[in-house]
Amino acid sequence: MTTLTRRNFLKATGGIAAVGTVGMSFPQLALGGNKNVVVIGGGAAGAVAAKHVKLADPSINVTLIEANDHYYTCFMSNEVIGGGRDISTIRHGYEGLANRGIQVVHSKATGVDTDARTVTTEGGDSFPYDRLIVSPGIDLKWDAIEGYDMAAAEVMPHAWKAGPQTALLRSQLEAMDDGGTFIICPPGNPFRCPPGPYERVCQVAHYFKEHKPNSKILVLDAKDKFSKMGLFTQGWERRYDGMIEWVPGTETAGGIASVNTDDMTVTTEFGDTHEGAVINVIPPQSAGQIALAAGLADDSGWCPIHLDTFESKLVPGVHVIGDASIATGLPKSGYAANSEGKVCAAAVVAMLADAEPGTPSYVNTCYSLIAPDYGISVAAVYRLAEDKSKVAKVAGGLTPSDASDEMLAREVVYAYSWYNNIVADMFA
Amino acid sequence: MHSRFISLAILTSTLVLSPALHAGEHGGGAAMASVEMLTGACVACHGPAGASVGPATPSLAGLPAVYFIGAMLSYKHGQDLDAAEAEAASDPALEDVEVFARHGTIMDRIASGYTLDEIKVMADFFASKPVFLATQEFDAELASEGEALHADNCEKCHEEGGRSTIDDMVPLAGQWKPYLHYSLADFHGGARGMPKKMKSRLEEVMETEGEDGLAALINYYASQQ
Repeated sequence: MTTLTRRNFLKATGGIAAVGTVGMSFPQLALGGNKNVVVIGGGAAGAVAAKHVKLADPSINVTLIEANDHYYTCFMSNEVIGGGRDISTIRHGYEGLANRGIQVVHSKATGVDTDARTVTTEGGDSFPYDRLIVSPGIDLKWDAIEGYDMAAAEVMPHAWKAGPQTALLRSQLEAMDDGGTFIICPPGNPFRCPPGPYERVCQVAHYFKEHKPNSKILVLDAKDKFSKMGLFTQGWERRYDGMIEWVPGTETAGGIASVNTDDMTVTTEFGDTHEGAVINVIPPQSAGQIALAAGLADDSGWCPIHLDTFESKLVPGVHVIGDASIATGLPKSGYAANSEGKVCAAAVVAMLADAEPGTPSYVNTCYSLIAPDYGISVAAVYRLAEDKSKVAKVAGGLTPSDASDEMLAREVVYAYSWYNNIVADMFA
Repeated sequence: MHSRFISLAILTSTLVLSPALHAGEHGGGAAMASVEMLTGACVACHGPAGASVGPATPSLAGLPAVYFIGAMLSYKHGQDLDAAEAEAASDPALEDVEVFARHGTIMDRIASGYTLDEIKVMADFFASKPVFLATQEFDAELASEGEALHADNCEKCHEEGGRSTIDDMVPLAGQWKPYLHYSLADFHGGARGMPKKMKSRLEEVMETEGEDGLAALINYYASQQ
C-alpha cells in the first residue's frame, strides 16, 4: 500500500496555507472550472453524501470510490443471521448513483496525497479533489484478542461487516446441532451499532426457539451496560426465558482475552474458558484503514472532526463521516451516518462556493427486532451545541417499557419501512 | 381556505430566504437550518421527497400544510392537546390548523425536537410535492365494496375518491395499507381524535359493516395507484 500523506511535512514547513493554491495548479481542475468532490466509501454515510453533493450542485464533479461492486447493509443483517431474511435483500448496487451523474469507481482507495489533493486507487489511478469526503466505515483490530486474526474469523466469524461473514455465521448456526451453545462476544465502547450484538442475540434466540429449542446463548460482554438494555432484557425474559445468559464486563474482567479455534473456546480477561458450538467474536474496532493511512485518525483510532462540517481537525480539505468519525453525541448508527452525510454534503457545497455552511440538523432512529412481531427503537433529534463541542440531543427516547403488543408489532413494520426508505435514500 | 394556505406558504418561504433567529426553544440564536437539511431528517423513513417506498411508513408528499402542522404539534405535545392548540394559536397564519390526539410509535419522541417555524418549513416542502400513490397489492373485490362505502360515507369531505387535497383535506388514496389500517384502528379505538362528522360516519360504517367495512375502505384507497 502506498500512502502519500504529507501532512506532517506541510506542518513542519508551515505549508498548510499553501494547500489551496497548490491544489488549484492541477491541470485536471482547470478544465471547465468545475469543482471536484471525491467520496471514498459508498456505505450509509458516503453514498448519501455523494448523492446530496450532486443534488445540491449538479455542476460539481462527484466521484465515488468504492471497493465493492455491491453493498451489504449491516442494518437488517441480523435478520439474515436469524434466518428471517435472505441475504440478497440486503445487497444493493450503485447503478442509481451512477444514473445521477456520479462517477462510480469500483476500486480500493489506497492513498491520499493531502498536499496535491489527490486520491490514488489500487488500480493505479489518481483522482484530484477540491474537497475529499472519507466514509471508510470500520476496521477490526486484529491484534486486540490473542489468536483472533483474519484466519480465525473464518472459524469464529465477526459478521460485523455484512456480506460473506454474515452468510458464514448463518450457515454455522444452521449446521449446529440442537443443544449446542452459541457464544457471542460484544466489544467495549465505542463500536459500530451499539444495539447490534443484542439484537443479534434476539434473532439467534428466535431461530433456536423455532428450530433448536435445547440450545443456549452465552453473551460474554466487555461492558456492564449496553444500548436499549432495559428493553432488550425485558424482551429476552418475555420471549426467550432461560435461553440467554448474559455475563457482564465485571465478570469477564472486560471481555475476551484470547480465542482457540482448534478446540472452539474463548477465554475471558478474568480467566474463564468457555466452549461453544458456534462462536461470534466482535472485536474492538477503529476507523477504516484508509482513514488511518491518510492521517485522519488520532490515537484513539477514530477521526476527530468539526461537528458542523465534518471536516477533519487534522487534515484541512478532508471530511470524515459515518462510523469512523468522532461525532461526539451521535451514535455509530446507520441513520446517524445518513444524517452526517447530509450535513457534510451541505457544508462541502457551501465551502466550495466560499459560502458559510448552514446550520446543521441531525437525527437518529434505530430499530431493533426482538422477534418477528416485536420491535423496539430509540429515536432522537439533535442540534449543534452553541460552543460546537458536541451534538446535543434536544428530543428523543426509547420505546416505552409498557408499550402494548400492538405497538411493538407496529415497530417491526415501521422498521422494515425505515430500511426500505433509507436504502432508497442511499442508492435510488 | 385556499387564500390562507397561500399566505402560510409565503410566510414560511420568507423564513427560508432570510434565516430567522429562534432564540427560544432550541435555537440559542443559531440561524434556522435549510429546508433540505430539515426535511432530510424525514426522508430516511418517509421516503425520497416524502414518497414512501413502504411497506407502512406513510407518504408525506402532498399532505396539506395545515394537516402536517396539526399532526406534528400533536406529536410534539404528547397528550397535552391544549398546549398543542396554544402553539398553533400563537401564529395567526395557522388558524386553520386543528389538533387531534395521536398515538405514535416514534413520532411522539421526535417531533418535540423541532420549533414551530421549522415544522412550517417542513410542511410547505411536503405540501408542494404531488400526492404519491403507492404501488401495492389489494383485494379487488374488497376495493369495489370500499368504493361504495367511501361514496356513501367519506366522499363528501374526502373528494375525488380520497385523492383530493381541496380544503386542506388529507389525501387517503394511495397511502400505504398498514398505515391506513393502524390509523382506522386508532380512530375506532379512541387513541386518535377526529372531527365530529367523521366520528359519526366511522361509527356508522362500523355498525353496519364492522371490521370488514374498514378493510374494504383500506383496499379501495390502496387500489388507487
